[in-house]
Amino acid sequence: MVTIEANPLDCYLRVDRIPHIWCAGCGIGPATGCFVRAIDRADLNPDRVSVVSGIGCSGRVAGYIKLDSFHTTHGRALPFATGLKLANPELTVAVFSGDGDIVAIGGNHLIHSARRNIDMTIICINNFNYGMTGGQMGPTTPLDARSTTSPYGNYEYPFNLPYLVAASGATYVARWTVLHLRELERSIAEALVKPGFSFIEVLSPCPTVYGRLNKQPRGLDEMHNYQERSVIRDGADPRDVELSMNGPIIVGKFVDIERPTLWDCYRQVLKRAGKHKKK
Amino acid sequence: MPKNDVLCGEFFINGDTACAEGAISAGCRFFAGYPITPATEVAERMSERLPQVGGVFIQMEDEIASMNAVLGASWAGVKAMTSTSGPGFSLMMENIGLGVMLETPCVVANIQRAGPSTGLPTLVAQGDMMQARWGSHGHYEIIALVPDSPQEMFDLTILAFNLSEQYRVPVLLMADESVGHMSEKVVIPEISQKELVNRPRPKVAPEKYLPYDSKKGLVTPMAVAGEGYRFHVTGLTHDDRGYPTMTAEAQDKLIRRLVDKIRLNTKDIMKYEEVEVDDAEIIVVSYGISARIARYAVQKAREEGIKAGLLRLITVWPFADDRIGELASGAKAFIVPEINYGQIVREVERCVAGKAKVRLVPHMGGGVHLPETVLKAIREEAR
Repeated sequence: MVTIEANPLDCYLRVDRIPHIWCAGCGIGPATGCFVRAIDRADLNPDRVSVVSGIGCSGRVAGYIKLDSFHTTHGRALPFATGLKLANPELTVAVFSGDGDIVAIGGNHLIHSARRNIDMTIICINNFNYGMTGGQMGPTTPLDARSTTSPYGNYEYPFNLPYLVAASGATYVARWTVLHLRELERSIAEALVKPGFSFIEVLSPCPTVYGRLNKQPRGLDEMHNYQERSVIRDGADPRDVELSMNGPIIVGKFVDIERPTLWDCYRQVLKRAGKHKKK
Repeated sequence: MPKNDVLCGEFFINGDTACAEGAISAGCRFFAGYPITPATEVAERMSERLPQVGGVFIQMEDEIASMNAVLGASWAGVKAMTSTSGPGFSLMMENIGLGVMLETPCVVANIQRAGPSTGLPTLVAQGDMMQARWGSHGHYEIIALVPDSPQEMFDLTILAFNLSEQYRVPVLLMADESVGHMSEKVVIPEISQKELVNRPRPKVAPEKYLPYDSKKGLVTPMAVAGEGYRFHVTGLTHDDRGYPTMTAEAQDKLIRRLVDKIRLNTKDIMKYEEVEVDDAEIIVVSYGISARIARYAVQKAREEGIKAGLLRLITVWPFADDRIGELASGAKAFIVPEINYGQIVREVERCVAGKAKVRLVPHMGGGVHLPETVLKAIREEAR
């Protein structure tokens, strides 16, 4: 008889929904693991933590996490989370979704949420393409990379996400790969308790589509790639951390500054209007 | 004017302002919106009033974000609304669908202007009536109310919140530019908590809680974030646990319940006003600003000895199938004045089912019907 003991972190997962839908070699699972370990590590009351996801492979994370969890529409996790957080500022709100969701269709909400410095943590899985729909290019696909909608190579410049969100007003910005699990976990735990808009980009293999189309057909290929090309540079200027097909992958914590949050500022409005919000 | 609380008394205000005050009286404490003519006054009033009552006003980056923020706020347990007009209403459609799918109580006020596209931003129309019914993709049922005065902008906003909480569905207040911008006396009564409806709440322990427990009836108890229920909700087709379930059977069960919770309660939701319909041979069916003109035309027709009556629709969705069906057997003709090229008239035709003549009196928007235009149609059908 083999006895399978429950993992101490099972309390954060909807184990009745496992196995998950992610492909072998995909990085979303390990990143999700980091997320639940970070919640544990940050010593948050899980009853007061909400997770909001949009649509796509990473959008499925909300469905596997045993917290109040919302699987919303494509690109709209951030504004949904904005309503949730403002209506109950006591909640810890995390948005866990993918690059296509947060940066392409939801890009406008990303810059405005960062501008407002609303207190929430964004974990943005960047696998450089739209995985769920079969590997199309997007605003994070490196120049010249192949995808099912850039069969001759991508001819658009990608976003440098840390630079974008830092310029928009985020007060915590980091980037890791799913090779950097300890750093990622520590970073998420830090971001969850830090007031303000925290953004963590997580580079993740997508062997099934992006990898296969770009000569890295196994998850391990991409992991080797991370090992060879990544350079940890905490405090690097976000302008200098652009990603490319073969260049260095600069990872680390780039921004960690203080600025009053949206709720700090709104509290002043409540005061001016002559009444405090009842607790 | 008392600054910090819910208003009470008689006021001379426009319809948009009355809508905002109705929301505050109904217990709304969250508003997310985006400026758009002719709905901006709702947002402006809310930006002033909500901080006074401890609520949250936020101007979002667009109407898509506004609709989502409203849904998020409702899931944090706060009564929430937005207001908009045509172009913004179009942008909200996908996430009104999310509201339907997650069964999220909230209110969307659409102060209609003339379209399509940018159309006539400052001028009246009633061209979004079918969009209100079918604008989001997939098959669903929705509740839409149409006010004909600033007083009703107040009254129906409260009713909209009550219905949205009772049935866990977005409720649409389908006003129009004329009613939104018209200033009239509005009586704001003292509203007791008993008159306000709150969503059904779970009575079981978190580990026993199912977000869409169909055994509890068509409208299921709703937990909100932060209470320890640790629930999951999704825009995907889901089962009673709220878990995605990609089968035709799950779709069948879910869609039937989402539709039936409104459809089977139509009698309870339905509101209309009748003016001299009992012996009427000519029945004018109208709503919103058009109904005010129709009322005058009907009165004039009666003075001329024509047996005319008015059926003023207040609940437009679900539709007054039964009442129009009943009236059809005694009437000679139905006249439908509306500020579009024929939307609600199709529903009237469906319900009358050939038992009487149905005549559209359209106005393409940018103005309202002349009473004489409606009166002329009544006279012609009475001949």
